[in-house]
Amino acid sequence: MSKAMFKMTTAFADVMPAEYVELVQSGPFGQGYGVADLGSFKELIEEHPLCAGCGLALAVRLIMASLPTPEDTVVVGSTGCSSLAFPQIALQNIHSLFGNQNAVASGLKRALKLRFPDKHKDVLVVAGDGATADIGLDMVMHSWSRGEKLATIMLDNEAYANTGGQESGMSPEGCVLYMAPTGKKFKKIALPEIARESGCAYVASVTPVQPRKLEKAVRRAILVAREVGPTYVQIFVPCPTNFKFKPQETLAKAKQREKDQTYPLREFITPEAQAYLAALEGGGKHD
Amino acid sequence: MTNNNKTRRITLTQFNGGMILTKYHVLAGPEGYLPPAAACQGIRLPEVGWALIEGRHVPEQEALSAIVDKLLSAKRPFFFPGPNLLWEWKDGVAEKASALRKLADTAGARVIPMPDYRPKYPMINPAIEINPNHPNLTIWHNKIDVCVFAGVHCHYANVALKIIRGGTDCYTIAICGEAGHEDANITLRNAGIPQIEALTAMVAERRRLC
Ligand SMILES: Cc1ncc(C[n+]2csc(CCOP(=O)(O)OP(=O)(O)O)c2C)c(N)n1
Ligand code: SF4
Ligand SMILES: [Mg+2]
Repeated sequence: MSKAMFKMTTAFADVMPAEYVELVQSGPFGQGYGVADLGSFKELIEEHPLCAGCGLALAVRLIMASLPTPEDTVVVGSTGCSSLAFPQIALQNIHSLFGNQNAVASGLKRALKLRFPDKHKDVLVVAGDGATADIGLDMVMHSWSRGEKLATIMLDNEAYANTGGQESGMSPEGCVLYMAPTGKKFKKIALPEIARESGCAYVASVTPVQPRKLEKAVRRAILVAREVGPTYVQIFVPCPTNFKFKPQETLAKAKQREKDQTYPLREFITPEAQAYLAALEGGGKHD
Repeated sequence: MTNNNKTRRITLTQFNGGMILTKYHVLAGPEGYLPPAAACQGIRLPEVGWALIEGRHVPEQEALSAIVDKLLSAKRPFFFPGPNLLWEWKDGVAEKASALRKLADTAGARVIPMPDYRPKYPMINPAIEINPNHPNLTIWHNKIDVCVFAGVHCHYANVALKIIRGGTDCYTIAICGEAGHEDANITLRNAGIPQIEALTAMVAERRRLC
Protein backbone atom coordinates (compact mmCIF):
# COMPACT_ATOMS: atom_id res chain seq x y z
CA MET A 1 0.00 0.00 0.00
CA SER A 2 1.28 3.43 -0.84
CA LYS A 3 1.94 5.68 2.15
CA ALA A 4 -0.17 8.29 0.30
CA MET A 5 -3.16 6.15 1.24
CA PHE A 6 -2.78 7.60 4.73
CA LYS A 7 -2.92 11.24 3.69
CA MET A 8 -6.35 12.83 3.81
CA THR A 9 -7.54 15.30 1.21
CA THR A 10 -7.88 18.62 3.00
CA ALA A 11 -11.32 19.27 1.48
CA PHE A 12 -12.94 16.63 3.66
CA ALA A 13 -10.53 16.42 6.60
CA ASP A 14 -13.02 18.28 8.83
CA VAL A 15 -15.68 15.59 8.46
CA MET A 16 -13.46 12.55 8.84
CA PRO A 17 -14.34 10.49 11.95
CA ALA A 18 -11.91 11.03 14.82
CA GLU A 19 -10.62 7.47 14.67
CA TYR A 20 -9.28 7.98 11.13
CA VAL A 21 -7.66 11.26 12.05
CA GLU A 22 -5.96 9.51 14.97
CA LEU A 23 -4.84 6.65 12.74
CA VAL A 24 -3.22 9.12 10.37
CA GLN A 25 -1.67 11.22 13.09
CA SER A 26 -0.52 8.55 15.50
CA GLY A 27 -1.24 5.15 14.00
CA PRO A 28 1.27 2.33 13.50
CA PHE A 29 1.64 2.58 9.73
CA GLY A 30 5.26 2.88 8.71
CA GLN A 31 6.36 3.33 12.33
CA GLY A 32 7.82 -0.05 13.31
CA TYR A 33 5.94 -0.17 16.60
CA GLY A 34 5.64 -3.33 18.70
CA VAL A 35 3.81 -4.50 21.80
CA ALA A 36 6.19 -2.57 24.04
CA ASP A 37 4.82 0.60 22.46
CA LEU A 38 1.19 -0.24 23.25
CA GLY A 39 -0.45 2.71 24.92
CA SER A 40 1.67 5.21 23.02
CA PHE A 41 0.06 4.89 19.57
CA LYS A 42 -3.39 4.57 18.03
CA GLU A 43 -4.07 0.86 17.73
CA LEU A 44 -5.55 -0.83 14.68
CA ILE A 45 -8.46 -2.17 16.67
CA GLU A 46 -10.87 0.50 17.83
CA GLU A 47 -13.46 -1.48 19.73
CA HIS A 48 -14.90 -4.95 19.44
CA PRO A 49 -18.00 -6.86 20.46
CA LEU A 50 -16.26 -9.85 22.08
CA CYS A 51 -17.00 -10.96 25.67
CA ALA A 52 -15.42 -9.35 28.71
CA GLY A 53 -12.15 -11.07 29.53
CA CYS A 54 -11.95 -12.81 26.15
CA GLY A 55 -8.45 -14.22 25.68
CA LEU A 56 -8.94 -14.20 21.94
CA ALA A 57 -9.62 -10.44 21.94
CA LEU A 58 -6.39 -9.87 23.86
CA ALA A 59 -4.44 -12.05 21.44
CA VAL A 60 -5.87 -10.21 18.42
CA ARG A 61 -4.84 -6.92 19.97
CA LEU A 62 -1.31 -8.22 20.55
CA ILE A 63 -1.07 -9.70 17.05
CA MET A 64 -2.09 -6.36 15.54
CA ALA A 65 0.64 -4.64 17.54
CA SER A 66 3.22 -7.20 16.40
CA LEU A 67 2.91 -6.80 12.62
CA PRO A 68 6.25 -5.79 11.06
CA THR A 69 4.56 -3.70 8.34
CA PRO A 70 0.81 -3.31 8.94
CA GLU A 71 0.49 -1.11 5.84
CA ASP A 72 1.53 -4.08 3.70
CA THR A 73 -0.35 -6.81 5.56
CA VAL A 74 -3.60 -8.50 4.61
CA VAL A 75 -5.32 -10.74 7.14
CA VAL A 76 -7.51 -13.61 6.03
CA GLY A 77 -9.93 -14.68 8.72
CA SER A 78 -12.65 -17.25 9.07
CA THR A 79 -15.97 -17.66 10.81
CA GLY A 80 -15.82 -17.75 14.60
CA CYS A 81 -15.49 -15.26 17.44
CA SER A 82 -12.53 -13.46 15.84
CA SER A 83 -14.62 -12.69 12.76
CA LEU A 84 -16.70 -10.38 14.93
CA ALA A 85 -13.63 -8.31 15.77
CA PHE A 86 -12.14 -8.00 12.29
CA PRO A 87 -14.82 -5.68 10.88
CA GLN A 88 -13.55 -3.13 13.40
CA ILE A 89 -9.87 -3.49 12.56
CA ALA A 90 -8.21 -0.83 10.41
CA LEU A 91 -6.30 -3.30 8.29
CA GLN A 92 -6.99 -4.94 4.96
CA ASN A 93 -8.82 -8.11 5.90
CA ILE A 94 -10.86 -10.75 4.13
CA HIS A 95 -13.46 -12.93 5.78
CA SER A 96 -13.50 -16.34 4.15
CA LEU A 97 -16.04 -19.12 4.33
CA PHE A 98 -15.47 -21.21 7.43
CA GLY A 99 -12.49 -23.50 6.83
CA ASN A 100 -11.46 -21.99 3.48
CA GLN A 101 -9.05 -19.46 4.92
CA ASN A 102 -5.77 -21.06 3.85
CA ALA A 103 -7.05 -21.68 0.33
CA VAL A 104 -8.22 -18.07 0.03
CA ALA A 105 -4.92 -16.85 1.47
CA SER A 106 -2.92 -18.99 -1.00
CA GLY A 107 -4.65 -17.38 -3.96
CA LEU A 108 -4.29 -13.94 -2.47
CA LYS A 109 -0.59 -14.36 -1.74
CA ARG A 110 0.09 -15.56 -5.28
CA ALA A 111 -1.90 -12.69 -6.77
CA LEU A 112 -0.08 -10.14 -4.60
CA LYS A 113 3.27 -11.61 -5.66
CA LEU A 114 2.34 -11.11 -9.31
CA ARG A 115 0.99 -7.62 -8.73
CA PHE A 116 3.83 -6.45 -6.46
CA PRO A 117 6.84 -8.57 -7.46
CA ASP A 118 9.36 -6.30 -5.74
CA LYS A 119 7.54 -5.86 -2.46
CA HIS A 120 6.75 -7.96 0.59
CA LYS A 121 3.00 -8.24 1.00
CA ASP A 122 2.40 -10.26 4.14
CA VAL A 123 -0.62 -12.54 4.10
CA LEU A 124 -1.57 -13.61 7.58
CA VAL A 125 -4.26 -16.18 8.30
CA VAL A 126 -5.92 -15.72 11.70
CA ALA A 127 -8.62 -18.26 12.54
CA GLY A 128 -10.03 -20.34 15.37
CA ASP A 129 -9.11 -23.88 16.32
CA GLY A 130 -12.29 -25.27 14.75
CA ALA A 131 -11.53 -23.50 11.48
CA THR A 132 -7.84 -24.46 11.51
CA ALA A 133 -7.63 -27.95 12.99
CA ASP A 134 -11.04 -29.38 12.05
CA ILE A 135 -13.16 -28.02 9.25
CA GLY A 136 -10.31 -26.24 7.42
CA LEU A 137 -7.58 -28.77 8.15
CA ASP A 138 -7.38 -29.97 4.56
CA MET A 139 -6.86 -26.41 3.25
CA VAL A 140 -4.37 -25.72 6.03
CA MET A 141 -2.28 -28.83 5.46
CA HIS A 142 -2.32 -28.55 1.70
CA SER A 143 -1.18 -24.94 1.88
CA TRP A 144 1.72 -26.15 4.05
CA SER A 145 2.65 -29.05 1.83
CA ARG A 146 2.47 -26.80 -1.25
CA GLY A 147 4.92 -24.48 0.50
CA GLU A 148 2.66 -21.41 0.28
CA LYS A 149 4.42 -18.46 1.87
CA LEU A 150 1.73 -17.73 4.43
CA ALA A 151 1.79 -17.22 8.17
CA THR A 152 -1.05 -19.16 9.79
CA ILE A 153 -2.13 -18.23 13.31
CA MET A 154 -4.57 -20.32 15.28
CA LEU A 155 -6.56 -18.68 18.09
CA ASP A 156 -6.91 -21.78 20.21
CA ASN A 157 -9.73 -21.49 22.72
CA GLU A 158 -10.08 -25.28 22.62
CA ALA A 159 -13.72 -25.18 21.54
CA TYR A 160 -16.20 -23.97 18.97
CA ALA A 161 -16.89 -20.91 21.07
CA ASN A 162 -18.98 -18.88 18.67
CA THR A 163 -21.60 -21.59 18.24
CA GLY A 164 -22.09 -22.19 21.93
CA GLY A 165 -19.38 -24.62 23.00
CA GLN A 166 -18.92 -27.79 20.98
CA GLU A 167 -15.69 -29.76 21.36
CA SER A 168 -13.04 -29.28 18.70
CA GLY A 169 -10.06 -31.39 17.78
CA MET A 170 -8.05 -28.98 19.92
CA SER A 171 -10.15 -29.45 23.07
CA PRO A 172 -8.17 -31.43 25.64
CA GLU A 173 -9.18 -34.95 26.50
CA GLY A 174 -11.92 -35.02 29.14
CA CYS A 175 -12.95 -31.43 28.42
CA VAL A 176 -16.62 -30.80 29.29
CA LEU A 177 -18.45 -28.09 27.38
CA TYR A 178 -22.06 -26.91 27.07
CA MET A 179 -22.49 -29.13 24.04
CA ALA A 180 -20.01 -31.83 25.01
CA PRO A 181 -21.55 -32.74 28.37
CA THR A 182 -19.98 -36.18 28.73
CA GLY A 183 -16.45 -34.96 28.15
CA LYS A 184 -14.15 -35.28 25.15
CA LYS A 185 -13.06 -38.84 24.49
CA PHE A 186 -9.95 -38.12 22.41
CA LYS A 187 -6.63 -36.33 22.79
CA LYS A 188 -5.92 -32.76 21.68
CA ILE A 189 -4.53 -32.69 18.14
CA ALA A 190 -0.77 -32.07 18.11
CA LEU A 191 -0.93 -29.44 15.39
CA PRO A 192 2.49 -27.84 16.07
CA GLU A 193 4.15 -31.21 15.44
CA ILE A 194 1.96 -31.84 12.41
CA ALA A 195 2.90 -28.39 11.09
CA ARG A 196 6.59 -29.12 11.55
CA GLU A 197 6.27 -32.41 9.67
CA SER A 198 4.13 -30.85 6.93
CA GLY A 199 6.63 -28.32 5.69
CA CYS A 200 6.36 -25.34 8.02
CA ALA A 201 9.69 -23.56 8.36
CA TYR A 202 8.74 -21.94 11.64
CA VAL A 203 6.29 -23.18 14.28
CA ALA A 204 5.52 -21.80 17.74
CA SER A 205 2.90 -22.19 20.42
CA VAL A 206 2.49 -19.30 22.84
CA THR A 207 0.02 -17.62 25.18
CA PRO A 208 -0.81 -13.94 25.82
CA VAL A 209 0.70 -14.29 29.31
CA GLN A 210 4.04 -13.30 27.81
CA PRO A 211 3.23 -10.60 25.25
CA ARG A 212 6.86 -10.17 24.13
CA LYS A 213 7.14 -13.87 23.43
CA LEU A 214 3.88 -13.79 21.51
CA GLU A 215 5.12 -10.80 19.53
CA LYS A 216 8.37 -12.52 18.75
CA ALA A 217 6.57 -15.63 17.48
CA VAL A 218 4.18 -13.61 15.30
CA ARG A 219 6.98 -11.48 13.84
CA ARG A 220 9.18 -14.47 13.19
CA ALA A 221 6.29 -16.30 11.53
CA ILE A 222 5.60 -13.34 9.25
CA LEU A 223 9.26 -12.73 8.39
CA VAL A 224 10.03 -16.40 7.70
CA ALA A 225 6.93 -16.65 5.51
CA ARG A 226 8.30 -13.83 3.35
CA GLU A 227 11.35 -15.71 2.17
CA VAL A 228 11.55 -19.25 3.46
CA GLY A 229 8.16 -21.00 3.58
CA PRO A 230 4.91 -21.52 5.47
CA THR A 231 4.77 -20.86 9.19
CA TYR A 232 2.39 -21.64 12.02
CA VAL A 233 1.74 -20.00 15.40
CA GLN A 234 -0.72 -21.45 17.88
CA ILE A 235 -1.93 -19.08 20.57
CA PHE A 236 -3.79 -20.30 23.64
CA VAL A 237 -6.71 -17.93 24.17
CA PRO A 238 -8.84 -18.97 27.17
CA CYS A 239 -12.58 -18.38 26.76
CA PRO A 240 -14.36 -17.39 29.99
CA THR A 241 -17.81 -17.71 28.45
CA ASN A 242 -17.60 -21.36 27.41
CA PHE A 243 -15.24 -22.55 30.13
CA LYS A 244 -17.22 -20.83 32.88
CA PHE A 245 -14.56 -18.82 34.65
CA LYS A 246 -14.55 -15.16 35.60
CA PRO A 247 -13.34 -12.64 32.99
CA GLN A 248 -10.54 -11.49 35.28
CA GLU A 249 -9.16 -15.03 35.49
CA THR A 250 -8.20 -15.36 31.82
CA LEU A 251 -4.48 -14.74 32.18
CA ALA A 252 -4.29 -16.83 35.36
CA LYS A 253 -5.83 -19.75 33.44
CA ALA A 254 -3.25 -19.42 30.69
CA LYS A 255 -0.43 -19.08 33.21
CA GLN A 256 -1.54 -22.22 34.99
CA ARG A 257 -1.60 -24.20 31.74
CA GLU A 258 1.89 -22.95 30.89
CA LYS A 259 3.10 -23.90 34.35
CA ASP A 260 1.65 -27.38 34.53
CA GLN A 261 2.77 -28.08 30.95
CA THR A 262 -0.75 -28.85 29.75
CA TYR A 263 -0.25 -26.10 27.18
CA PRO A 264 3.38 -26.61 26.27
CA LEU A 265 5.17 -23.68 24.67
CA ARG A 266 7.10 -24.78 21.62
CA GLU A 267 9.29 -23.35 18.93
CA PHE A 268 10.47 -25.35 15.92
CA ILE A 269 12.70 -23.62 13.38
CA THR A 270 14.26 -25.20 10.31
CA PRO A 271 17.98 -24.52 9.83
CA GLU A 272 17.20 -22.39 6.78
CA ALA A 273 14.71 -20.27 8.73
CA GLN A 274 17.15 -20.07 11.61
CA ALA A 275 19.85 -18.67 9.35
CA TYR A 276 17.42 -16.21 7.80
CA LEU A 277 16.22 -14.99 11.22
CA ALA A 278 19.77 -14.73 12.56
CA ALA A 279 20.65 -12.42 9.68
CA LEU A 280 17.52 -10.32 10.18
CA GLU A 281 17.45 -10.15 13.94
CA GLY A 282 20.98 -8.89 14.27
CA GLY A 283 19.73 -5.30 14.40
CA GLY A 284 15.97 -5.81 14.89
CA LYS A 285 14.29 -3.29 17.16
CA HIS A 286 11.75 -5.61 18.77
CA ASP A 287 13.39 -9.01 18.69
CA MET B 1 -42.45 -6.74 -0.42
CA THR B 2 -43.24 -3.07 -0.05
CA ASN B 3 -43.09 -2.07 -3.71
CA ASN B 4 -44.74 1.17 -3.01
CA ASN B 5 -46.87 2.07 -5.91
CA LYS B 6 -48.63 1.54 -9.15
CA THR B 7 -47.07 -0.27 -12.03
CA ARG B 8 -44.30 2.26 -12.17
CA ARG B 9 -41.24 0.04 -11.95
CA ILE B 10 -41.94 -2.16 -14.93
CA THR B 11 -44.00 -0.21 -17.42
CA LEU B 12 -43.45 -2.00 -20.66
CA THR B 13 -42.51 -5.41 -21.84
CA GLN B 14 -41.92 -5.76 -25.54
CA PHE B 15 -40.62 -8.39 -27.88
CA ASN B 16 -37.62 -7.62 -29.97
CA GLY B 17 -36.44 -10.44 -32.18
CA GLY B 18 -37.53 -12.94 -29.56
CA MET B 19 -35.85 -11.11 -26.66
CA ILE B 20 -37.92 -9.55 -23.95
CA LEU B 21 -36.84 -6.02 -23.18
CA THR B 22 -38.08 -4.79 -19.86
CA LYS B 23 -38.40 -1.09 -19.17
CA TYR B 24 -37.51 -0.89 -15.53
CA HIS B 25 -37.59 2.48 -13.81
CA VAL B 26 -34.86 3.02 -11.25
CA LEU B 27 -36.94 5.04 -8.82
CA ALA B 28 -36.47 5.90 -5.20
CA GLY B 29 -37.61 3.12 -2.87
CA PRO B 30 -38.45 1.56 -0.61
CA GLU B 31 -38.56 -1.24 -3.13
CA GLY B 32 -38.36 -3.95 -0.50
CA TYR B 33 -35.84 -6.45 0.64
CA LEU B 34 -33.35 -7.46 -2.07
CA PRO B 35 -34.38 -5.21 -4.96
CA PRO B 36 -33.11 -6.50 -8.29
CA ALA B 37 -29.89 -5.07 -9.67
CA ALA B 38 -30.97 -2.57 -12.32
CA ALA B 39 -28.57 -4.23 -14.76
CA CYS B 40 -30.54 -7.47 -14.38
CA GLN B 41 -33.67 -5.54 -15.32
CA GLY B 42 -32.16 -4.50 -18.62
CA ILE B 43 -30.74 -1.10 -17.65
CA ARG B 44 -27.51 -0.45 -19.56
CA LEU B 45 -24.78 1.96 -18.57
CA PRO B 46 -24.79 5.27 -20.50
CA GLU B 47 -22.47 5.97 -23.40
CA VAL B 48 -19.78 8.63 -23.06
CA GLY B 49 -21.42 12.07 -22.96
CA TRP B 50 -24.67 10.55 -21.73
CA ALA B 51 -26.17 9.84 -18.35
CA LEU B 52 -29.07 7.96 -16.78
CA ILE B 53 -32.13 9.42 -15.12
CA GLU B 54 -34.15 6.68 -13.45
CA GLY B 55 -32.87 4.22 -16.03
CA ARG B 56 -33.52 6.47 -19.05
CA HIS B 57 -30.57 7.42 -21.26
CA VAL B 58 -30.30 11.21 -21.48
CA PRO B 59 -27.63 13.66 -22.64
CA GLU B 60 -25.29 14.61 -19.79
CA GLN B 61 -26.58 18.20 -19.70
CA GLU B 62 -30.11 17.02 -18.96
CA ALA B 63 -28.84 14.94 -16.04
CA LEU B 64 -26.87 17.90 -14.68
CA SER B 65 -30.06 19.98 -14.60
CA ALA B 66 -31.96 17.15 -12.95
CA ILE B 67 -29.28 16.84 -10.26
CA VAL B 68 -29.52 20.54 -9.53
CA ASP B 69 -33.32 20.26 -9.27
CA LYS B 70 -33.03 17.38 -6.84
CA LEU B 71 -30.37 19.03 -4.69
CA LEU B 72 -32.24 22.31 -4.42
CA SER B 73 -35.63 20.75 -3.71
CA ALA B 74 -34.27 18.36 -1.08
CA LYS B 75 -35.06 18.85 2.60
CA ARG B 76 -31.90 17.14 3.77
CA PRO B 77 -29.37 16.63 0.98
CA PHE B 78 -26.16 14.80 1.92
CA PHE B 79 -22.95 14.03 0.06
CA PHE B 80 -21.17 10.72 0.64
CA PRO B 81 -17.57 11.00 -0.59
CA GLY B 82 -15.77 7.65 -0.75
CA PRO B 83 -12.15 6.60 -0.32
CA ASN B 84 -11.16 7.69 -3.81
CA LEU B 85 -11.78 11.30 -2.80
CA LEU B 86 -11.04 11.21 0.92
CA TRP B 87 -7.49 9.91 0.62
CA GLU B 88 -4.89 11.69 -1.45
CA TRP B 89 -3.70 8.55 -3.17
CA LYS B 90 -2.81 10.02 -6.56
CA ASP B 91 -2.31 13.32 -8.34
CA GLY B 92 -5.49 15.24 -9.08
CA VAL B 93 -7.52 13.79 -6.23
CA ALA B 94 -7.11 16.82 -3.97
CA GLU B 95 -8.42 19.17 -6.67
CA LYS B 96 -11.41 16.96 -7.43
CA ALA B 97 -12.19 16.62 -3.72
CA SER B 98 -12.09 20.41 -3.32
CA ALA B 99 -14.44 20.87 -6.28
CA LEU B 100 -16.88 18.36 -4.80
CA ARG B 101 -16.78 19.98 -1.38
CA LYS B 102 -17.49 23.34 -2.98
CA LEU B 103 -20.53 21.85 -4.72
CA ALA B 104 -21.81 20.34 -1.45
CA ASP B 105 -21.34 23.63 0.40
CA THR B 106 -22.95 25.67 -2.38
CA ALA B 107 -25.94 23.33 -2.39
CA GLY B 108 -26.21 23.60 1.40
CA ALA B 109 -25.67 19.85 1.71
CA ARG B 110 -24.05 18.09 4.63
CA VAL B 111 -21.20 15.63 4.17
CA ILE B 112 -20.84 12.17 5.69
CA PRO B 113 -17.71 10.30 4.59
CA MET B 114 -17.19 6.67 3.63
CA PRO B 115 -13.48 6.37 4.56
CA ASP B 116 -13.30 2.62 3.91
CA TYR B 117 -15.62 -0.33 3.50
CA ARG B 118 -15.38 -2.01 6.89
CA PRO B 119 -18.79 -3.23 8.05
CA LYS B 120 -17.91 -2.04 11.59
CA TYR B 121 -20.57 -4.42 12.77
CA PRO B 122 -22.30 -3.81 15.13
CA MET B 123 -21.08 -0.39 16.14
CA ILE B 124 -21.11 2.09 13.27
CA ASN B 125 -21.97 5.65 14.23
CA PRO B 126 -24.43 6.68 11.51
CA ALA B 127 -24.23 10.35 12.48
CA ILE B 128 -20.63 10.62 11.33
CA GLU B 129 -19.98 7.88 8.81
CA ILE B 130 -21.60 5.64 6.25
CA ASN B 131 -20.51 2.31 4.89
CA PRO B 132 -21.77 0.21 2.03
CA ASN B 133 -22.84 -2.68 4.23
CA HIS B 134 -25.66 -0.82 5.94
CA PRO B 135 -26.03 2.60 4.31
CA ASN B 136 -29.73 2.58 5.22
CA LEU B 137 -28.78 3.22 8.87
CA THR B 138 -27.11 6.50 7.93
CA ILE B 139 -30.02 7.45 5.66
CA TRP B 140 -32.64 6.69 8.31
CA HIS B 141 -30.80 8.17 11.26
CA ASN B 142 -30.07 11.45 9.46
CA LYS B 143 -33.45 11.51 7.65
CA ILE B 144 -31.71 12.01 4.31
CA ASP B 145 -34.00 12.50 1.31
CA VAL B 146 -31.38 13.09 -1.42
CA CYS B 147 -27.85 11.76 -1.41
CA VAL B 148 -24.84 12.05 -3.69
CA PHE B 149 -22.24 9.30 -4.05
CA ALA B 150 -18.80 10.25 -5.37
CA GLY B 151 -15.45 8.49 -5.16
CA VAL B 152 -16.86 5.16 -3.97
CA HIS B 153 -15.39 2.11 -5.72
CA CYS B 154 -17.79 0.63 -8.28
CA HIS B 155 -18.80 -2.63 -6.61
CA TYR B 156 -19.32 -1.04 -3.19
CA ALA B 157 -21.34 1.81 -4.66
CA ASN B 158 -23.57 -0.69 -6.46
CA VAL B 159 -24.22 -2.63 -3.26
CA ALA B 160 -24.93 0.51 -1.24
CA LEU B 161 -27.18 2.07 -3.88
CA LYS B 162 -29.21 -1.10 -4.11
CA ILE B 163 -29.62 -1.33 -0.33
CA ILE B 164 -30.73 2.30 -0.21
CA ARG B 165 -33.25 1.71 -3.00
CA GLY B 166 -34.45 -1.40 -1.20
CA GLY B 167 -34.97 0.02 2.25
CA THR B 168 -35.39 3.78 2.07
CA ASP B 169 -37.11 6.47 0.05
CA CYS B 170 -33.89 8.43 -0.43
CA TYR B 171 -33.17 9.67 -3.96
CA THR B 172 -29.68 8.64 -5.04
CA ILE B 173 -27.30 10.49 -7.34
CA ALA B 174 -23.93 9.13 -8.50
CA ILE B 175 -21.28 11.58 -9.66
CA CYS B 176 -19.24 8.74 -11.10
CA GLY B 177 -15.76 9.17 -12.51
CA GLU B 178 -15.93 5.82 -14.27
CA ALA B 179 -18.71 4.16 -16.27
CA GLY B 180 -21.71 5.15 -14.14
CA HIS B 181 -24.09 3.27 -11.85
CA GLU B 182 -27.31 1.76 -13.10
CA ASP B 183 -28.52 1.41 -9.52
CA ALA B 184 -28.50 5.15 -8.84
CA ASN B 185 -31.62 7.16 -9.61
CA ILE B 186 -29.43 9.59 -11.52
CA THR B 187 -25.92 8.76 -12.65
CA LEU B 188 -23.29 10.67 -14.51
CA ARG B 189 -20.31 8.92 -16.06
CA ASN B 190 -16.70 10.11 -16.48
CA ALA B 191 -17.58 12.97 -14.16
CA GLY B 192 -14.52 15.05 -13.43
CA ILE B 193 -13.84 18.58 -12.27
CA PRO B 194 -15.58 20.19 -15.31
CA GLN B 195 -18.91 18.45 -14.56
CA ILE B 196 -18.64 19.16 -10.84
CA GLU B 197 -17.85 22.83 -11.45
CA ALA B 198 -20.72 23.07 -13.93
CA LEU B 199 -23.06 21.73 -11.24
CA THR B 200 -21.72 24.23 -8.72
CA ALA B 201 -22.24 27.12 -11.13
CA MET B 202 -25.79 25.98 -11.91
CA VAL B 203 -26.65 25.60 -8.22
CA ALA B 204 -25.19 29.03 -7.42
CA GLU B 205 -27.08 30.61 -10.29
CA ARG B 206 -30.38 29.02 -9.28
CA ARG B 207 -29.87 30.11 -5.69
CA ARG B 208 -29.09 33.65 -6.85
CA LEU B 209 -32.34 33.77 -8.80
CA CYS B 210 -34.45 32.46 -5.93
C1 LIG C 1 -19.19 -23.61 6.38
C2 LIG C 1 -19.65 -23.38 7.79
N1 LIG C 1 -19.79 -24.42 8.63
C3 LIG C 1 -20.18 -24.21 9.89
C4 LIG C 1 -20.43 -22.94 10.35
C5 LIG C 1 -20.91 -22.74 11.76
N2 LIG C 1 -19.89 -22.19 12.62
C6 LIG C 1 -19.77 -20.86 12.85
S1 LIG C 1 -18.59 -20.47 13.95
C7 LIG C 1 -18.22 -22.11 14.16
C8 LIG C 1 -17.20 -22.55 15.14
C9 LIG C 1 -16.02 -21.73 15.19
O1 LIG C 1 -15.07 -22.36 15.99
P1 LIG C 1 -13.59 -21.88 15.99
O2 LIG C 1 -13.03 -21.90 14.62
O3 LIG C 1 -12.85 -22.62 17.02
O4 LIG C 1 -13.72 -20.34 16.38
P2 LIG C 1 -14.14 -19.71 17.79
O5 LIG C 1 -15.55 -19.25 17.64
O6 LIG C 1 -13.97 -20.74 18.83
O7 LIG C 1 -13.21 -18.58 17.99
C10 LIG C 1 -19.01 -22.92 13.36
C11 LIG C 1 -18.97 -24.40 13.30
C12 LIG C 1 -20.29 -21.88 9.44
N3 LIG C 1 -20.49 -20.61 9.81
N4 LIG C 1 -19.90 -22.12 8.17
S1 SF4 D 1 -17.35 -16.87 23.49
FE1 SF4 D 1 -15.28 -17.03 24.32
S2 SF4 D 1 -13.89 -16.78 22.56
FE2 SF4 D 1 -15.92 -16.05 21.95
S3 SF4 D 1 -15.90 -13.84 22.35
FE3 SF4 D 1 -16.75 -14.82 24.18
S4 SF4 D 1 -15.00 -15.17 25.52
FE4 SF4 D 1 -14.17 -14.77 23.47
MG1 LIG E 1 -12.36 -22.05 18.96
